[in-house]
Amino acid sequence: MSIRIMEAAELLSLNKFNIDEEQAHIVLDKEICSRCQDKPCLLVCPAVLYRLDKNGDISFDYAGCLECGTCRVMCINRGIIKWEYPRGTFGINYRYG
Amino acid sequence: MGEESQFDAIVVGAGPAGLACAYLLAKAGKAVLVIERGDAPGAKNVTGGRIYAYALNLLDKDLLDDAAWERKVSHEEIMIIDGNRSITMDYHDPSLTEGDESLQSYTILRAVFDQWLADKAEEMGAMVVCGIRVDDLIQREGRVVGVIAGEDEMYAEIVIAADGVNSLMAQKAGLISDIKKETVGVGVKEVIELPAKTIEERFKLNQNQGSARMILGCTQGIHGGGFLYTNQESISLGCVFMPQEIVQHGKQVHDIFQELKMHPAVYPLIQDGETVEYSAHLVSEAGYRGMPAKLYKEGLLLVGDSAGLVINTGYSIRGMDLALLSGIAAARAILGESDLSQIGPAYLAELEKICLLPTMRLSVGYNQLLDIPRIYSNYPQLAIGVMQRLYKVDGQIPQNLKKQVMEAINESGLTVWQMLKDGLKGVRSI
Repeated sequence: MSIRIMEAAELLSLNKFNIDEEQAHIVLDKEICSRCQDKPCLLVCPAVLYRLDKNGDISFDYAGCLECGTCRVMCINRGIIKWEYPRGTFGINYRYG
Repeated sequence: MGEESQFDAIVVGAGPAGLACAYLLAKAGKAVLVIERGDAPGAKNVTGGRIYAYALNLLDKDLLDDAAWERKVSHEEIMIIDGNRSITMDYHDPSLTEGDESLQSYTILRAVFDQWLADKAEEMGAMVVCGIRVDDLIQREGRVVGVIAGEDEMYAEIVIAADGVNSLMAQKAGLISDIKKETVGVGVKEVIELPAKTIEERFKLNQNQGSARMILGCTQGIHGGGFLYTNQESISLGCVFMPQEIVQHGKQVHDIFQELKMHPAVYPLIQDGETVEYSAHLVSEAGYRGMPAKLYKEGLLLVGDSAGLVINTGYSIRGMDLALLSGIAAARAILGESDLSQIGPAYLAELEKICLLPTMRLSVGYNQLLDIPRIYSNYPQLAIGVMQRLYKVDGQIPQNLKKQVMEAINESGLTVWQMLKDGLKGVRSI
């Protein structure tokens, strides 16, 4: 496989994750998010995990989260009502870092 | 140790800052517990990156012998990009790799390096427990006395918050509020595997030697920059952006970075390689201005990224050496001060003595310089515009050089007045 532009999802598939199926470490309030005009999360998440669905609502998939915290810093309208690190052992497991 | 305390010290986070502190405390016979939320030390950490060996030498010179390095940096490079054009400066000096080991620097990968340092701390007697997330601090009468992880409560004479740039511990202690968006950059990186020989050929390196490259002008005008470090059998290529400007620019972090990979001056360096990891992390970008007003509270010390200890000069980035220094300073304060209530002030005094705070103060000027937005687009364009004219030979009568430079200045959107102002600011600030 040689170097090329890769979709975020494909890049994430190269990483090692231990997904916490029971508990999301980031939770959004869809009401607040739908009212948010800026939606910085759509651009600043390096893993492109925030997406607009057909109804214009923000959907978020915590499974590929790199735990950088950029969304938390940029979420000015506080649609992110919970931002925690994943529970111990869960989440991203960098093998190189 | 007080009656209730199970440990002399609890360190939250097994990165260089926390592990350096744990290493020295354990070496002095203290009972130290390091708690790491990742599966292994380094599992949550990302670097560019390069570490300066002097700091490890200060921790314990024996550590230099078998440190988990990738390559010793022999080439310091700066690359300036504008559109599909580029200039690369390559500073090579045999003294970068010869003589005093402690004056050299090395590329590293954090999952490897942090695990190695944790092993060393354990050899000294520290207990390193992974896979446990610390949820909160236990505070009594304004004093931190321990930590809570899930159902468990653990007590210690002192807690060291080494939990990184997103320091929840510092927040719980009330030492910092929410992170301000102007103070951090978001960094992304791909680790791209290539055979050692290919890397050495492409970067003109001797065996085990490496290059450290900063890339200016690759962020589409956004405050930030790129980096490229050669590891033993991989290349770390990445970019850091101010997230606020990403929003104004209207393009995804991921997209801008992917375009950098395909730049005609970058692609040949990584072609035929295989991306094996994609990582992201916040980087403190505010230098001294971004540090918490207080680095301690009774029973708690902030070290490393939790204390905002990063210096970006534009041509080099320091963080991990400062993390080690702060861990060393914390350990010295704890070991040297028997009055628990005085450890905080003693820590500050040690940070001064170890030259960390004075160095951070000096970084303020660099931050002012890097605040000039023109650095990220107009100046790279000007440098390349001048080059383009210097090397253009078309058989016509050449214009005089002054005129050509003026043309390049106009093309870059700069004015002479603005350049004078920026130049003056530059001279004054550094």
